Amino acid sequence: MNGSLLEIENLSVSYRGEDGSVFTAASEVSLSLNRGESLCIVGESGSGKSSVAMSVPRLLPSPPAFWPQGRILFDGKDILAMSPKELRSVRARRIGVVFQDPIGSLSPLHRIGDQLAETLFLHCDVSRSAARATALEWLHKVGIPEPEQRLKAYPHELSGGMQQRVMIAMALMLGPDLIIADEPTTALDVTVQSQILSLMRSLVGKDSALLLITHDLGVVAKMASKLAVMKDGRVIETADDVSAFFANPSHPHSRALVAEARKMEL
Amino acid sequence: MILEVENLRIEFAFDGKVSVPVRGVSFSVPKAGRTALVGESGCGKTLTALAVGSLLDRAKISGDIKLNGRVAYVFQNPMQSLDPVMRVGKQIEEGMEKGLSRDARRAQMEQLLESVGLPRECARKYPCELSGGQQQRVMIASALAQSPKLLIADEPTTALDVTTQKEVLDLIRRIADEREMAVLLITHNLGLVSRYSDYVNVMYAGQIVESGAVKSVLSNPRHPYTKGLLAAVPRIDAPRDAPLVDIPGTVPPPWAWPEGCAFHPRCPQATKECSSPLFKKCPCLTDYEQF
Ligand SMILES: Nc1ncnc2c1ncn2[C@@H]1O[C@H](COP(=O)(O)OP(=O)(O)OP(=O)(O)O)[C@@H](O)[C@H]1O
Ligand SMILES: Nc1ncnc2c1ncn2[C@@H]1O[C@H](COP(=O)(O)OP(=O)(O)OP(=O)(O)O)[C@@H](O)[C@H]1O
Ligand code: SF4
Ligand SMILES: [Mg+2]
Ligand SMILES: [Mg+2]
Repeated sequence: MNGSLLEIENLSVSYRGEDGSVFTAASEVSLSLNRGESLCIVGESGSGKSSVAMSVPRLLPSPPAFWPQGRILFDGKDILAMSPKELRSVRARRIGVVFQDPIGSLSPLHRIGDQLAETLFLHCDVSRSAARATALEWLHKVGIPEPEQRLKAYPHELSGGMQQRVMIAMALMLGPDLIIADEPTTALDVTVQSQILSLMRSLVGKDSALLLITHDLGVVAKMASKLAVMKDGRVIETADDVSAFFANPSHPHSRALVAEARKMEL
Repeated sequence: MILEVENLRIEFAFDGKVSVPVRGVSFSVPKAGRTALVGESGCGKTLTALAVGSLLDRAKISGDIKLNGRVAYVFQNPMQSLDPVMRVGKQIEEGMEKGLSRDARRAQMEQLLESVGLPRECARKYPCELSGGQQQRVMIASALAQSPKLLIADEPTTALDVTTQKEVLDLIRRIADEREMAVLLITHNLGLVSRYSDYVNVMYAGQIVESGAVKSVLSNPRHPYTKGLLAAVPRIDAPRDAPLVDIPGTVPPPWAWPEGCAFHPRCPQATKECSSPLFKKCPCLTDYEQF
C-alpha cells in the first residue's frame, strides 16, 4: 500500500485535572505525513504542539491525558486502539522521539556509552561488542568530539548541548520510520544545530518521515517540506509550499508570527 | 560594577585527566547593565555562571570574583530547577524574604505570575501540568521573587516560541530597568544578544575571544569565530538547499584544547603562527587595533 505513513484524523487531546475538570489542549486536528516528507508544526507556547506530537507515540501520561475523539493512523493502524504490546514494539523500533529536554530521557546513573549500547543490544539482533561499536559511530555522527572518551561520561558530565546530541543519537540509531522531534535543537548552538538538522534531513531520505516542532522559523525554512500553524489547540493554517507560506502567510496570526521572526533576525 | 570576574580558572579531574573548561576568563557586568556571554555548547558559559554564585562543587577554582549584591538564576532547563511535587505558587514564594506575612507573599506571588504572563490559577498547578514555555515563566518569577541585584539568565528562552521569547525577554528587561537589576544573558543565540544586551563577551574553548559593545561587535565582528557564528544563523529567506554547516567541526573537549589559538583547527583564516605555542593574540584583532 502506498498510503500515508502517519494520518492524524480529527484528533482532540484533553487533560483531566485533579478536580475532574477537563482542559482540551488540541481540538479536531487533522494532519498527514508521507514517507520522505518533513512536517513542521509551529505556533506559540501552549498552542498544543507537544500535546499533538506526543500523542503519536502515546508518550503523554494517561491519565491525565485522554483523547475524546479522533484517530492516529500509523501505517494504517490506529495507535490509539493498539494493545500495549503492539504499542511497545512500534514505539521501540519504528518511532524515534527527540524531546525538548534531554535530562528526562537519559539515566543519570549510567555511562552514556552503556546506555546507547544497551538500547541497541535490546532492540537489534547484535552482539554487545557490535552494539558498542555502533554507539561510538553514532556519537561521532551527532558531532560529539572525541567520542571514545565521551562514552565513559555520565550525563551530568556533559554540557546541555552534548546531552541533547546523545539523546538524538539514542532516538535515531535504531533507524525509525518516523522521527518525532520536539524542539530538538533549542539547546544547541547554531553550528551544531546545522549539523544535526542536516543529519536528520539525510536520515529522513525517501523511506522515513519527520515530524518536527520548532519555534525557529529559520529552521522551518531549512527543514520543512510542509507546515502547520497551531493556535489555541487548533490548526489554523497548513502549507505544502513553505517558501510561498513565508512570502505570504494567509492567517493573520501566521502573518504576525512570520513578521516577528523577521524582526528578530540579525 | 555589580560583578567583576578576573582571570577565572575552573579545573576538574575527569577520567584520570585534568580538564580546564574555563581558563583565564575576565569580564564585568555594570550595575543595572545588560551583558551577554555567547558561544557554542561546551565553551564553558554555564560553568562560568555557576562559579559566580559559588554553585560549583568538586571543581578547583582560582581567580577573582567580586559580586556586589544578590544573584539569582534562570537556567536552561526548567524541569531541572523546579520541584516536581510542589505547587508552582509555593515555589515562587520560597525565594521571598522571610519576614513577609502570608498575605503579602501571596499577593506578591500573584503579581509575579501576572507579570510573567501566567494566569493566577497557575499557582495551584504542578510543574508537569504546564507547557515548556509556561514552566520557564515560573522559573523567571521565582528568580525575581528573590529580589536579586544580578539576574543570570542561562539560555532562558531557548524553549519558547518567538512571540513568547520576545515577551519574556522584554519582561526581564522591563523588570531589570524598574528594579535597577543587572542582567547577564547567557545564550548561543546572537539574535537575542543583539536585542537584549549592551555588551557582549564571545566565548570559545574556555576563553573570551572578543568583547565589546553589542552594536560594534555584531556589525563589525573581528574575530573569525564571531564571524562564523553570525554566518551560521538560520534565516527565513535562505534557500532550503543552502549548505547547512558554516563552522566545520565542533568545540573540542576541555582536556584537549588545541595549542596556540584554540580555534585554529576550525578557522578558515588560520596560519602557521596560530598553532604555535608562542601564540598570543589573533591577528584579526590586533590588525584592527592598529588603525
Ligand atoms: N499534563 C497536563 N495537564 C494539564 N494541562 C496540560 C498538561 N500538559 C499540557 N497541558 C496544557 O495544554 C496546553 C498545551 O500544552 P502543550 O505542551 O501541548 O503546548 P506547546 O504548544 O507544546 O507549548 P510550548 O511551545 O510551550 O512547548 C497548555 O495550556 C498546557 O498548560
Ligand atoms: N562537573 C563536571 N565535570 C567535568 N567536566 C564538566 C563538568 N561540568 C561541565 N564540564 C565540562 O566543561 C565544559 C563546559 O561546560 P558548560 O556546561 O559550561 O558549557 P556551556 O558553554 O554552558 O555549553 P551549553 O551551551 O551546551 O550549555 C564541557 O566540556 C563540559 O563537559
Ligand atoms: S588566531 Fe588564527 S586561528 Fe585563531 S581565530 Fe585568529 S586567525 Fe583564526
Ligand atoms: Mg511543547
Ligand atoms: Mg550551558
